[in-house]
Amino acid sequence: MEDPRHRLSTAAMAAFVADGFLRFDALIPEPLNRAALEEMKALAPGKLRRTLHGLGGRAGRLDRGIESQESPESLTPLEACYPAPSALGAVLRFPAVAGIIESLVGANPAFDHDFIHHIPAGAPRGQHLHVDAVLEPAGQAFDIQLFYFPTAVAPGGGGTRFVPGSHLRRARAEGIARYQHVLGEQHYSGPAGTLLVFHQGLWHAGQPNPSAEDRWMYKLRLNPREPQQRLWNTADLAELHNSPRDHSFAYPGSNTVAQRLRRMAPWQRGHEGRYEQMQRAALWRYLTGDLTYDVDFYQTRKRVREGVLEEEQP
Amino acid sequence: MHQQLLYLWLAESALDAEVVAWALYDGAKGKGQALPAAKGPDAPPYATALAALEDGWCLFQAPQAGTPVGPEGASLGELQFQFIFERRVAIAP
Repeated sequence: MEDPRHRLSTAAMAAFVADGFLRFDALIPEPLNRAALEEMKALAPGKLRRTLHGLGGRAGRLDRGIESQESPESLTPLEACYPAPSALGAVLRFPAVAGIIESLVGANPAFDHDFIHHIPAGAPRGQHLHVDAVLEPAGQAFDIQLFYFPTAVAPGGGGTRFVPGSHLRRARAEGIARYQHVLGEQHYSGPAGTLLVFHQGLWHAGQPNPSAEDRWMYKLRLNPREPQQRLWNTADLAELHNSPRDHSFAYPGSNTVAQRLRRMAPWQRGHEGRYEQMQRAALWRYLTGDLTYDVDFYQTRKRVREGVLEEEQP
Repeated sequence: MHQQLLYLWLAESALDAEVVAWALYDGAKGKGQALPAAKGPDAPPYATALAALEDGWCLFQAPQAGTPVGPEGASLGELQFQFIFERRVAIAP
């Protein structure tokens, strides 16, 4: 049954944990896309000027103060960002978007920052692969980044490049710049109104735009203000959430979260994939609050050795 | 002579393991020997590092041994098994 709050399913959450992103094609309807694009065009110069000012560039001299309604300050609760009649605000409060946000970082996360990424038609240069996180929290808590494309992006039209499954690796921001090609990487293209949702750690890069169409994208980072525990539609959690006995080398379950977390990206070959799987299981432990959760027995075996499980019956 | 560099990242530390990522840099700016082309959007120019050796590339740098695995598994960062190859090419007059 469709969740009235449009929260994600357990299967979608497991896909996010495995891949580090979710994609929702044409999620935002067309009249709103057009209004959001016009607002983005109006806001883009000011956002660029303020960023350059913040970074100390001469081009970033501020001619006037920052109006909070024009651009929220960091730490602003999301519900107070872009009040009506803002079209961007309407996108962020669109029920399906609100449900996605609530599932991952709670119903009212903190605004971190946003930016309007405009790649003009014919722009020859792309970014190197990088990660935005810069520092990683000690635990499993994570921010999300929304990438909203108000217009259609054709293949080769400057869509964001990203590497599925890279989000749980701890890399320096530009340390990954030399990876020109990674097996299984994607270059976004899709219809107007598409939303990508990234874990903060996902490797990505803006691309050249040799096409004849400008490419516009709104990017927003959000910080959770509550533990990210069971915030999604958990109606299917009991069905999919597996026990620590779900073990590839013994009795693997089917249609379980474990089965989804075992699916590796093309670049995650061989035994290295096991380490990725352990990181995913740790993230699922955080999201569910089930400290016994495991995939393929790696942590459970340790608990057996430590005597933690000696009283449990098979 | 000008240097051409080929980076290959492998799934394992063995030279005959599969290539999972790659990069090419041409110090000859296109005036030397042609660089190998990728065989498709998801196919590297060489399937393994051994295939690059067989095609005449010289191993320039091999990865150090990885860090030991701790109680939470391996610490995952940049791609683990990076091999760098070079070719020294003459530029056409």
